[in-house]
Amino acid sequence: MALDSSDKSRTFKVVGTRPLRPDGIDKVTGRARFGADIVAPGMLTGRVLRSPHAHARIVKIDTAKARALPGVKAVVTRADFGTVPDAVADILDNCMAGDKALYDGHAVAAVAASSAAVARKALRLIEVEYEVLPHVSDVDAAMQPGAPVLHAGRQDETVPEGYSQNVMSRVEFGHGDIDKGLAEADRVVERTYRTGATHQGYIEPHACLATMGPDGQADLWGCTQGHYMVRNTCAAILGMEQGQLRVTASEIGGGFGGKTTVFLEPVALMLSKLAGRPVKMVMTRSEVLRATGPTSSSSIDIKLGMTRDGRITAGYAQLRYQGGAYPGSPVDMGSMSAFAPYDLENVKTVGFDVVTNRPKAAAYRAPGAPMAAFAVESAVDELAKGFGLDPLEVRLKNAAREGTLASYGPTFPAIGLEATLEAAKAHPHWGAPLGENQGRGVACGFWFNFGGDTCVTLNITPDGTVTVSEGNPDIGGSRASMTMMAAEELGIPYDKVRTIIADTGSLGQNEVTDGSRVTFAVGLATIEAARNAKREMCKRAAMVWGIDEEAVEWVDGAARPAGPNAGKHDPMTLKEIAAIASNTGGPIAGHYEVNAEGAGVSFGTHMVDVEVDPDTGSTKILRYTVFQDAGKAVHPAYVEGQFQGGAVQGIGWALNEEYIYGEDGILQNAGFLDYRIPVASDLPMIDTVILEIANPGHPYGVRGVGETPIVPPLAAIANAVSAAAGVRMTDLPMSPPRVLAAIQGQKGA
Amino acid sequence: MRYEAPQSIEAAIDLLATVDGAYVLAGGTDLLVKLRAEMLEPDLVVDIKRIAGMKDITPEDGGWRIGAAVSGAEMGEHAALAADWPGVVEAVGLIGSTQVQGRATLAGNLCNASPAADSVPAMVAANASVRIVGPNGTRDVPVVEVPAGPGKTTLAPGEFIASVFLPAKGAGASDAYLRFIPRTEMDIAVVGCGVSLALDGAGKVTSARVALGAVGPKVMLVDPAAEAILGRTLDDSALDDLAEACSAAASPIDDKRGTVDFRRHVAGVLARRVALIAATRAKGEPA
Amino acid sequence: MSQIHVKTTINGDVTEFLCEAEDTLLDVLRDRLGMTGSKEGCGTGDCGACSVTVDGRLVCSCLMLGAEAEGREVATIEGMATGDQLHPLQQKFIEMAALQCGICTPGILVAAKSLLEKNPDPTEEEVRYWLAGNLCRCTGYDKIIRAVMETAADLRRAS
Repeated sequence: MALDSSDKSRTFKVVGTRPLRPDGIDKVTGRARFGADIVAPGMLTGRVLRSPHAHARIVKIDTAKARALPGVKAVVTRADFGTVPDAVADILDNCMAGDKALYDGHAVAAVAASSAAVARKALRLIEVEYEVLPHVSDVDAAMQPGAPVLHAGRQDETVPEGYSQNVMSRVEFGHGDIDKGLAEADRVVERTYRTGATHQGYIEPHACLATMGPDGQADLWGCTQGHYMVRNTCAAILGMEQGQLRVTASEIGGGFGGKTTVFLEPVALMLSKLAGRPVKMVMTRSEVLRATGPTSSSSIDIKLGMTRDGRITAGYAQLRYQGGAYPGSPVDMGSMSAFAPYDLENVKTVGFDVVTNRPKAAAYRAPGAPMAAFAVESAVDELAKGFGLDPLEVRLKNAAREGTLASYGPTFPAIGLEATLEAAKAHPHWGAPLGENQGRGVACGFWFNFGGDTCVTLNITPDGTVTVSEGNPDIGGSRASMTMMAAEELGIPYDKVRTIIADTGSLGQNEVTDGSRVTFAVGLATIEAARNAKREMCKRAAMVWGIDEEAVEWVDGAARPAGPNAGKHDPMTLKEIAAIASNTGGPIAGHYEVNAEGAGVSFGTHMVDVEVDPDTGSTKILRYTVFQDAGKAVHPAYVEGQFQGGAVQGIGWALNEEYIYGEDGILQNAGFLDYRIPVASDLPMIDTVILEIANPGHPYGVRGVGETPIVPPLAAIANAVSAAAGVRMTDLPMSPPRVLAAIQGQKGA
Repeated sequence: MRYEAPQSIEAAIDLLATVDGAYVLAGGTDLLVKLRAEMLEPDLVVDIKRIAGMKDITPEDGGWRIGAAVSGAEMGEHAALAADWPGVVEAVGLIGSTQVQGRATLAGNLCNASPAADSVPAMVAANASVRIVGPNGTRDVPVVEVPAGPGKTTLAPGEFIASVFLPAKGAGASDAYLRFIPRTEMDIAVVGCGVSLALDGAGKVTSARVALGAVGPKVMLVDPAAEAILGRTLDDSALDDLAEACSAAASPIDDKRGTVDFRRHVAGVLARRVALIAATRAKGEPA
Repeated sequence: MSQIHVKTTINGDVTEFLCEAEDTLLDVLRDRLGMTGSKEGCGTGDCGACSVTVDGRLVCSCLMLGAEAEGREVATIEGMATGDQLHPLQQKFIEMAALQCGICTPGILVAAKSLLEKNPDPTEEEVRYWLAGNLCRCTGYDKIIRAVMETAADLRRAS
């Protein structure tokens, strides 16, 4: 599945154009069916009772009064679930608390009732006796030996002595000798950086509809980034065979990583099992913020050494991420990605995975990387400015390139970091004048990109159109991209192909829509499935022509004799071959199943201008440009959309978004009013520059593009705000009170 | 819960007076949020929008009487009202989104009794009053006397606000309102400031009212701030005194929206800016 | 408590329904009338995904009781296209990739249509402030704003 050898000169016919998305009309007319948009006969409403405490032992749950309420058809607590395999034990505990409630909003019971009003009333009748325990919300506090402990006895052996049991594990990456490198530096910057916990902020709350019969067969509908993951996880939790549970993915109203696990689904299935009726569950926005998966807050120490001519001599980072109530913060990926943009002789990162009394972190777009990039790119900027050097030149001087031994282990093949930096340098934005109280920042970012288990089936219909079945929910236009790649490969028009997202009964295992994997991995499988179909169609033509199938090739949507020796035959189009399929051996399809490897890594460089009001500390984004390598942009408008959306999520993270906990450990801003994601009037247009450095691991050179765009903004904006305000900002979000205090502190100093 | 939409003030009063746990519904942009959050469980909601006059903006004694169910959007579209009281109109216009503007009302913003309500400092600066109707008759009360503390008003059981009255603006006078929020829209004020003032021909302040929001348990009228600029032109020295008086009067709290220090400082910053806008308008210049 | 009978007009069609006093207009549209094009993103008027117009005025249907719809004219996303003819905004949103996941799209289209009816020649700033109550988490708003501006320009040229 390497890049097609002829690719350098290849001209694409469909890939690289901007056709209309197949789900467009449904989505602009309101017809598209999202998680909460479905009903079933006899359906009940399910609701969850949640802990009002940050940390509490659950002494007793009395559900008798709730069960006695007319209209209540089932009540579920942890006692209804049996012992489950270790691999899903924490997931179940997060969906329905066991011995302890570990965070404000932790599910402790659920009901299914004839109406939402009855369900709400029933929740109030459930009596939970709590023994409130001391709690800890802050990552650094949670690491201290005396901190309240969430899980005793589960600490990994990688953690050295002297830390709280809340430190679950420690990772380390790098090469060279940090002390030697720092000694070679003309200046070393040593700072601590902190970032708040942010939420993906998808507009669609989690929703599902579960139906389970006494025969053990079950169906589940809902919004998820991976319905195969939902099937496998729920089956394990409920003790079912995977084949008995069919999961259908609804349209998904945003996920950004937050819908890569389960919250309601096992509970809805259990309620349906006990009630014997379909159960629909939909979260409120407050439940989404309190009890789904935000990303980690972080605390990061950096030591970075640089010579006066801008060479980085050593980079060290210690990263501390709290991942909420269970182990599994993305500190490993933060530690691996922190220095990925640089070709360093001496580099080391150490990461600590810490649990706190907060909701368990889920993936959020390039999980773990934005915070690490914020710290490293801030330090690079500070050193470059301190020496009076151009921050783009400093990055170019140290940039990772083909052959660089990456800080996390591998040696990079062809990559696009330098191309993004050169494009940034050449862009008019870089030289544009700035006014008073304005500042410009740049930063680089990296993401690994994933591959993974993938299945695609491509069917040729009798009338010569093509249907593609894939198993990954379409979260940003992937049905259009798959349709384009199938059309490209088959040599037929885009509108002759329709792609659907198949349910879990229709294909083999598919990895979740994550890691920017879909356009790469599902695209690769689509291309290979099309190639299999083409081989079969060539075989059918060979049969009709009475020649060897090796003597037939597929060109421009038709089978043709491969050379003069194959004889003279008029080309047979896909439509013609499809029409006689029944008489030449039966229906024609191509399919492809793979654990896709070769997802090319991705780099981007962001440039931003801001203006800071020195009297209020308020920051306005004036101009923003994204430069990123897409490998090959299949649908450039959707690539631009990923760049723009990622940048704006980064703007929110940098300026205003954060989980705010009170002293009592209760989340204070569980709504869109005070969890402040960017609104249209906060922003300028987001300019984009797509670079195309072909990924050697994909036939068309495609790289994932979705995640990298959220990696550079935190640092780019911090560098710009620091320049505008005249003081280095090290804590996110750079909310007005924080920026004003920094400005006033600087004046006072 | 019961829903009633009476056709007359008398019928509304009867309903409110006879049912404990009855709430008035005008725009509903606060009430429905509280219902949804199960913060309130009313036995009765009385929708006053079908009562005659509740949706009217009427000239009265050189000023304006605004029915309790007039939405922010309707006020913004009323050119004569916006010309007389630009500060009040822009303050109500800052509440929520375009969608919220389609429903939110001055009277509702006042009765919600949030210390951060945007329209309230502007109304207090404008010396607005409200007409309260109830089982014991009708009374007119200055806006500043309506809030009693966060979420609490001085209205008696069974009473509701039927209209808001903005007085005649006077010659050489105008008003303005600014708030500070972290984003550009959709936030609750971290600090709000309304100023209403009049200037003489020389640009000296002949009367002034300065009100602050979100820096105390209720919106406050800051007399020392008004006194700081009275009889003076709005030069840097006068504005410094104004800012200082506002910062001194502020007694805010630390919360998820801002800190004590930040709110104190920004109260002064905003007061300067608002006073200048009001003065520019008072001179008849575009602000 | 008996239910409330409401007679109203939705997308031009006379519609009657029964609802509980506490049902919001959004609850009624979605759960009683099967009109699920209006979305609930927050239930508190902060996201705009439930935007509809009532007597021509843009509102959040989650902040209005169903009972209040008596005698009103309600317009939802389901009524935006005419037969098989998309509204120009709907067409432009598809052409200019002004949607990704699509959950905010109905609310944004209803809001944008309301803007252009009021102001056929809005500046970028006016579009951005008008739509500030419609949260979109996928697009960064860029392509949405461009699509609204382009549609406005097309409609001006056509008139």
